[in-house]
Amino acid sequence: MSDSPVMTQGVMEAAKHAHPPYQRHHFESVAQQADATNFAMWIFLLTEIMFFGGLFTAYLILRNWYYPAFVAASHQLNIGWGTGNTAVLISSSFTMAMGVWCAETRRKSGLVLSLVLTFLLGLVFLGIKTIEYSEKIEKHHVPGFHYSVQSFVNPASDPDSVAYGDKPLAMDMARKTELYFFLYFAMTGMHALHMIIGIAILGYMIFRARAGAYTNGHVTFVENFGLYWHFVDIIWIFLFPLLYLISRHQ
Amino acid sequence: MSSATIVNLPDQSTAKIPKMNYLSKENGLLSWLLTGDHKRIAILYLISISFFFFIGGALAGLIRLELLTPQSDLMATDTYNKIFSMHGIIMIFFFLVPSVPATLGNFFIPMMLGAKDLALPKINLLSWYLYVAAGILALYSMMTGGVDTGWTFTTPLSTHYVNTNVITTGIAIFIAGFSSIFTGLNFIVTIHKMRAPGMTWFRMPLFVWGHYATSILMILGTPVLAIALVLVVLERTVGIGVFDPAKGGDPLLFQHLFWFYSHPAVYIMILPGMGVISEVISTFSRKRVFGYTAVAFSSVAIAVFGFFVWAHHMFIMGISNYSVLIFSLLTMLVAVPSAIKIFNWAFTLYKGSITFETPMLYAFGFMGLFTIGGMTGVFLGTSGTDIHLTETYFIVAHFHFVMVGGMLMAFLAGLHFWWPKMTGRMYPEKISQLAALVTFIGFNLTFFPQFILGTLGMPRRYASYPPEFQVLNVFSTAGATILGVGYLLPVLYLTWSLKYGEIAGDNPWQATGLEWQTQSPPLTENFREIPIMDHEAYDYEWLERQKEKEVASVG
Repeated sequence: MSDSPVMTQGVMEAAKHAHPPYQRHHFESVAQQADATNFAMWIFLLTEIMFFGGLFTAYLILRNWYYPAFVAASHQLNIGWGTGNTAVLISSSFTMAMGVWCAETRRKSGLVLSLVLTFLLGLVFLGIKTIEYSEKIEKHHVPGFHYSVQSFVNPASDPDSVAYGDKPLAMDMARKTELYFFLYFAMTGMHALHMIIGIAILGYMIFRARAGAYTNGHVTFVENFGLYWHFVDIIWIFLFPLLYLISRHQ
Repeated sequence: MSSATIVNLPDQSTAKIPKMNYLSKENGLLSWLLTGDHKRIAILYLISISFFFFIGGALAGLIRLELLTPQSDLMATDTYNKIFSMHGIIMIFFFLVPSVPATLGNFFIPMMLGAKDLALPKINLLSWYLYVAAGILALYSMMTGGVDTGWTFTTPLSTHYVNTNVITTGIAIFIAGFSSIFTGLNFIVTIHKMRAPGMTWFRMPLFVWGHYATSILMILGTPVLAIALVLVVLERTVGIGVFDPAKGGDPLLFQHLFWFYSHPAVYIMILPGMGVISEVISTFSRKRVFGYTAVAFSSVAIAVFGFFVWAHHMFIMGISNYSVLIFSLLTMLVAVPSAIKIFNWAFTLYKGSITFETPMLYAFGFMGLFTIGGMTGVFLGTSGTDIHLTETYFIVAHFHFVMVGGMLMAFLAGLHFWWPKMTGRMYPEKISQLAALVTFIGFNLTFFPQFILGTLGMPRRYASYPPEFQVLNVFSTAGATILGVGYLLPVLYLTWSLKYGEIAGDNPWQATGLEWQTQSPPLTENFREIPIMDHEAYDYEWLERQKEKEVASVG
């Protein structure tokens, strides 16, 4: 590449040791490459925060306006499933962190095991989410044509509402529960979409890790995926209290 | 008096375009469609945004033609609504937002930093594909009925009262948004991590600073637009109610989310242009930009302030008086960094050795027109006058002065300035100076009457108007015709110059940026060896010393 007699630092350095195959041509060193891609991932996560931020804003505003409806509607969520799912997700973050550590310390079987566990825990999360969603469908709590305010204008008809001693809401307030459920589906749905994308990438990574990738010193991809996975986890850490926990006993 | 030009071309009888360059390295369509080279992607972007510019321009022509007469006679009023909506959508999302960053920024940021490429070449290519996909979808929705909400998709109009292609257009803009997020992300990573040895933050050209500020806006603002559009699409398809007052939602919430992006987007559109102007003004007055640090930080300040002024688009939409007061004050603050830039460019010119090549003419156009556009923005930021002027032609004139008079002039300045570097050939000087002049005259004739029309009370977005406004509208339409000629000329002579232009050599302008210290057109890896930056930006004495060294070594 350089036919000039004057060689500059960068070129000399590059000439000293041969490039590993995973170093892209436009980077000066592997360290620079890892640094740049890591930084890019952090910025991407920043855009994700802004993306979810719009939904969180809508949630906070509407919750303030229609407080009784949001409280009554949140009583419909199953706190057992929610807590269970939180535990599942935190465990998956742990196994993912183990995966990154295994990749860094070049333990191939450990990496594959961690990735498989993360993959399975991700599937368990989605499974539980499906159970929760189907409960909502059965009760006609999915916003749209079939939405029913029965549980809120007549709480006595609904065991979940009875359990919390909900008082009947006036019709106009009861109808606002539909907004709560829309936000519930939009936010957890958007979160689940991120999980599905993550699980798909995990599948690809397991396949590659078995072939020996990531344990040859080039761990950027695993690290960056780890960041993504933890981010998705953290979104849930905010969704869980906002949707399930706060004002539980009012 | 020195000569009236700084252009320094090699001897035309012996000069040749370097055999090995980024254009000649590989051939065939696939070598372009699968390229990772930031320069080739910039060219792809240049072709695509020009295509969309002329579609948007044709729509603008139709608008002006309709407004030639007071009656709605050229097209039905519904059609007129669609035409101006599509004009806005195409010009903003498919031309202005990617215009300078995706073409000139893509091409020159790595070169100015002394890097071989952007940090993430594949993401860069992906961003172009997303742009093309979004563009095709937008054209498809235009041809299958169009959309008539205006480019702002204002709820509840867009969710409840129209039955046009809001969903497809919304998805198109959603996709285009990701293309711009990826561009911004790539720039930020590149500027942080890919600078050549010695290239400190305060040795970077101001063009790079402008793009850094732009990228911050892109990555923080665009996702919010994305979610706002997702919600509009869901509101239309499922009827979710977040923006529907009948279900307890709030149409104003959409406005907040939309303008949280779309006001910063105004700065996404202008900041890269300001970067171009800094380069051009310095080069053609042979002086370091006055107050380099202030200009650099004013870009960042615009980016930061830009996030705190969005509600000035909503003064008449029922937000509280206190919000109006605060947002009005904050809006005034943005005028400060913008003024810093204009003043510093003026001081750069002071006692400089000014020459009047085409990029400089466009830059002068920018300075004048942007100042008018910016000052009239203060009228609109003041809530009292805003109530009278908003939704009239005054606001149309205001943002066209900033966007067309500002950004488009800057884009053309940059395109002419870097054309020799991109293609290795000069554009023809005389006719391009004429084009710059025609553009300036046509522009003023088109948009200045609109300030008067707006003050008199002519509302925007109507196909017909009272007959007493006709004289000024005829002026405006006549100006638009001249403006059209001004934009067609560069297409013709720039295409001509690809084959017949003079050979430019490495550094025809005697400019100081690293991008000029390599061959034109550049090699795929930009530099034969990684440059080491050992001087400040815009150091013309360093350039002189370089030349002396060269002469000494050749001698």
